[in-house]
Amino acid sequence: MNVHPTTAGMLLAGVLFVLGLISILVRRDIIFMLLSVEVMLNAAGLAFVVASSHWGTADGQVMFIFILAMAAAEVSVGLALILQLYHQLKTLDSDEAAKMNG
Amino acid sequence: MILLVLILILFFAALLSWIVGVKSHAGSRWIALCSLLLNLGIVTGVWVNHPAGTGRWWYQYRVDWVPHFGISLHLAMDGLSMLMLALTFFLGALSVLISWKEINSRVGFFHFNLLFVLCGITGVFLTMDLFLFYFFWEMMLIPMYFLIGIWGHEHREYAANKFFLFTQAGGLLMLLAILGLYFVHAANTNVYTFDYFDLLNTPMDPAMARWLMLGFLVAFLVKLPAVPFHTWLPDAHTEAPTAGSVVLAGLLLKTGAYGILRFVLPLFPAAAADIAPVAMLLGVIGILYGGMLAYAQTDFKRLIAYTSVSHMGFVLLGAFAFNEIAYQGVVMQMITHGISTGALFIIAGALYERIHTRNIRQMGGLWLRLPMMGSAAMIFVMASLGLPGLGNFVAEFLVLLGSWQANHLLTVLATIGLVVATAYSLRIMQKVFFGPCDRQYNMPDLSGRELVIIIALVIVICWLGFHPQPVLNTSQQNIDYVVR
Amino acid sequence: MFPALIPLIPFVSALLLMLGWKRLSRIAVTVIGCGSIGLSAFVAVLIAIQFAAGGEQAIVQHAGNWVEAGGFKTGFDLRMDALSVVFVGVITIVGFLIHVYASGYMHEEPDYARFFACMNLFVGAMLTLVMADNLLLLYFGWEGVGLCSYLLIGFWYKDPANNYAARKAFIVTRVGDTAMAIALFMLFQFTGTLRIPEILQSSTHIWSKGDPVITWIALLLLGGAVGKSAQLPLQTWLPDAMAGPTPVSALIHAATMVTAGVYLIARTHTLFELAPDAQITTAVIGAITLVLAGFSALVQTDIKRVLAYSTVSQIGYMFLALGCGAWSAAVFHFVTHAFFKALLFMAAGAVIVALHHEQDLFKMGGLKKQLKGIYWVFLVGCASLAAIPFVTAGFYSKDQIIWLSLSAAGGHTAFWLAALLGALLTGMYTFRLFFLVFYGDLKTHVHHRPGNSMMIPLYILALLSTIAGFIELPHTLGHVTLFSNWLLPVLPAVSVLHDSVAMEWTSQALSAVLALSGIGVAYAWVVWRPKGMSDFLEMPALLWLRGFWSRGWDFDKLYNILLVYPFVYLSRMNKKDLIDKLYTSLAALMQWCHNVLARTQSGLLRWYILGVVLGAVAILSVLIWRIYI
Repeated sequence: MNVHPTTAGMLLAGVLFVLGLISILVRRDIIFMLLSVEVMLNAAGLAFVVASSHWGTADGQVMFIFILAMAAAEVSVGLALILQLYHQLKTLDSDEAAKMNG
Repeated sequence: MILLVLILILFFAALLSWIVGVKSHAGSRWIALCSLLLNLGIVTGVWVNHPAGTGRWWYQYRVDWVPHFGISLHLAMDGLSMLMLALTFFLGALSVLISWKEINSRVGFFHFNLLFVLCGITGVFLTMDLFLFYFFWEMMLIPMYFLIGIWGHEHREYAANKFFLFTQAGGLLMLLAILGLYFVHAANTNVYTFDYFDLLNTPMDPAMARWLMLGFLVAFLVKLPAVPFHTWLPDAHTEAPTAGSVVLAGLLLKTGAYGILRFVLPLFPAAAADIAPVAMLLGVIGILYGGMLAYAQTDFKRLIAYTSVSHMGFVLLGAFAFNEIAYQGVVMQMITHGISTGALFIIAGALYERIHTRNIRQMGGLWLRLPMMGSAAMIFVMASLGLPGLGNFVAEFLVLLGSWQANHLLTVLATIGLVVATAYSLRIMQKVFFGPCDRQYNMPDLSGRELVIIIALVIVICWLGFHPQPVLNTSQQNIDYVVR
Repeated sequence: MFPALIPLIPFVSALLLMLGWKRLSRIAVTVIGCGSIGLSAFVAVLIAIQFAAGGEQAIVQHAGNWVEAGGFKTGFDLRMDALSVVFVGVITIVGFLIHVYASGYMHEEPDYARFFACMNLFVGAMLTLVMADNLLLLYFGWEGVGLCSYLLIGFWYKDPANNYAARKAFIVTRVGDTAMAIALFMLFQFTGTLRIPEILQSSTHIWSKGDPVITWIALLLLGGAVGKSAQLPLQTWLPDAMAGPTPVSALIHAATMVTAGVYLIARTHTLFELAPDAQITTAVIGAITLVLAGFSALVQTDIKRVLAYSTVSQIGYMFLALGCGAWSAAVFHFVTHAFFKALLFMAAGAVIVALHHEQDLFKMGGLKKQLKGIYWVFLVGCASLAAIPFVTAGFYSKDQIIWLSLSAAGGHTAFWLAALLGALLTGMYTFRLFFLVFYGDLKTHVHHRPGNSMMIPLYILALLSTIAGFIELPHTLGHVTLFSNWLLPVLPAVSVLHDSVAMEWTSQALSAVLALSGIGVAYAWVVWRPKGMSDFLEMPALLWLRGFWSRGWDFDKLYNILLVYPFVYLSRMNKKDLIDKLYTSLAALMQWCHNVLARTQSGLLRWYILGVVLGAVAILSVLIWRIYI
């Protein structure tokens, strides 16, 4: 069968995104949830790159650089929060943080 | 200018009495009393020698406020406003007097709120700019909320919230209607204005007029109150401190009636005429339903509150009868109901101070100990059942006489309301003052201060009963206008 | 002289007494209380003389404007014409005598000033009623007397029974007043005024005879009259009203206030003439009431309730006369009735006081020797009430009504028979009462004898109850028509259809015989064969009937079931206000929604994410669906 490269790339991005989504929903460990977020971000980035190659422009790649930078910032904040959470609750289970109904 | 002074006196007296009240309770009371008496004096002076020959409007005052949107500080006084203001300051002064011993916590703030409510009411009765009207309309709401919520009886918070929600919801509809009118007027004339006189005779599509009219009407019916929007009233009246009940029953309800006479009828004459049978029917239902509820109550203040529903039904009945006799009756009813119901609340408050209950089942035979209070109660109970010689009779008779020309059946039903009024009114006397005295209360009859209040009220209600002509003449011009 | 002085003096004195309260000494209260009525009577007599000498139609005084609004205009206009003079005369003179009597009767009462304040207020209101030149002022007096009646029935306020009686009286008469108020609205609608002379004058132009509008107006006025005068169907309040002090019963519930209905109909007789249906209704009501109340009076055990039912019955006669168009006969009976009924009430009051507030007839007896003076005045009163021929005033006035109920244009044989039956009953109940009180064994000891202040008014009234009849004598006996001539300018003469002397004789003889045989039956019943009679009366069927009559034909029960209980039940059920449920349930609904939504805020991060995902999926699917399909 003959699949257009753009479609294949997009499908891969979609599959990655759904995988990230499923794991964020099923994992209780907050580190894994952060990882899943990263997977979803990268899925989005892949989609941008595929799209930019499809249209033959650099816009999508620039966008991916943005996403990389943002992901770095996000991970640093996220890890800091996780550390705090671990200090307070002595666990990485996100459900344990439900006490405040926040 | 004098009109602005009336409002400003109250405004500054309110601030002053709050500030002074921190140090001296008596000072706060005296400031409130003096400012109200001063205003009463001004209004009486205006009544006695108002400029003759100036036509319907005795005084006008107008300054642009936000000219861009057509908002101006426009105050005007005619006979109707004057009468309502005289009532406001008279009852206001009495409410300060009755709170003299009753209110002992946060006295300064209490008088601030009281004067602020009265200031709002004064504004409502004077303003001729719809934006400003809405402003004052909302302004009287918040201090009243505090009066009920802070100094009220046991369920005060529930009552205060209910009062606030009802009036606020009604006010919202009015705001929409005001804006609607503003834009309809602008669409027709390209002039953006909130001025009452400009908005009169705005040409508009009948369906539009009907919706706008309903917006105003519902706000006023809530305030009046008419069945089925009356349920805030018994709670608010019952839980408010005596002064709050007097201001609510005597004045706040009148703003609803005033709104109907001042805005609904002149702004939307055709739409109002269309809805007249329904409105009159609501009035009659109010008379009978309110009377029936009043009969069943065991809480003295709640009983009086429901009589207000019944009496204000006459206002609604008369206002939509579209003839001069009925309108004269409505104006009379607004004043006499303020006096008679205010007096009954004052008596209920004075009793509560003595025996610390409002349950009439626990009263009885009090005439023995309190013959003066009993006699006063008898006079106002008779007023509330419409005994000739007291003001309420003139009012109710004129309303019925006028509404008879408009609708026979509804008038007959309303007249039956007089029998119901007899039943609940006499029940008050019987349960509270007559009958055997089970417990040995040892309490003083009316004190000098209370006597002054009661005598003032008795004189006014008898004066209105025997010689109502000054009042009728004063409201004449305005009524001529509305009828036309 | 100003006619306005006549009601003003009692009003002012009432005000003085109210303000004076307990600061006034007993003597001062007596002087103000009685003196003012005496003064008012004096002024009334002067004005009456001036009126009689002047030969005018009426003396009218405009004492100020009252209400003027949009074409509606009334003032405090007082009118003295032939009819007012009669009523004013009776009210002030009988009122004065009752006041004097009351000063003795109420001597030990701590609330002496309040009593006289209310009594004077009443007299003032009653005088306003009968002197009013417009219907609104009449209504003022009308409600004013109702108020005083309420205050005085409940004078001894500590007993709840008195208060219930007072409240009942007020509410029941208010029902009638409501009808009257509607009549006022209608009259204003059609005539544009409430001035009585103008209404009467224009009514004949506006309405033809039998016009439905005027029939309605007359019927509504009749409703007011029926309420105030305790006629069927609003008669139930009067017997209970006897809870008030006895002078009150004499003044308000016998002599004056309860005849206000008679006055109203006589005053507006032109309207009733235009409405034959209403007039017949008046006669029918009168006839039925006089018979029903007669039966009830026959079986009462309370001395005052006998008199109360007898008052209802006698006013029934007046209504019958009015309904037959015999206007002056009704007013004549009002005058004589005021004299002898006030006399009877006050004499009964003297007996009650003598027996230390005992009102039960069966605990009285044998008082003839003990209370000589009262015995004689009581006899005169009873004779006049029972209409003993030739010597009593009651005979002449009642006989006139009985005869005219047959012979007048509006008369009918049925009315005549009812009136004759009434005569028999009157004789029976009156003398049953009399014999029970004064004959037989002494059952209760006499505590104290009435003083002069109580006895002198009784003697004067006894005299009046005898001689007042001679101002109007029938054709057959002297033919004096002073009274009807006096009223002729106001009340037209009755048109007699069957003017036959023989028939008139027959009627008179029949009524006399019936009255006397009624007395005979009473004598047999109480004095001659009390044992045999009581055996007969103890029969079960009769026992039930007696109870039924004694409860006033169970009208109270009927009204309770039809009106009072449903009203009270409904209002009690709805005490919390059904409409409020609407709003509280709205509030409850909001509360419930809040609870449901608050449940979603669990704090579980993954649920939130799921929510976001589902939301995104929903939005995307909608978008895709909108774009592609």
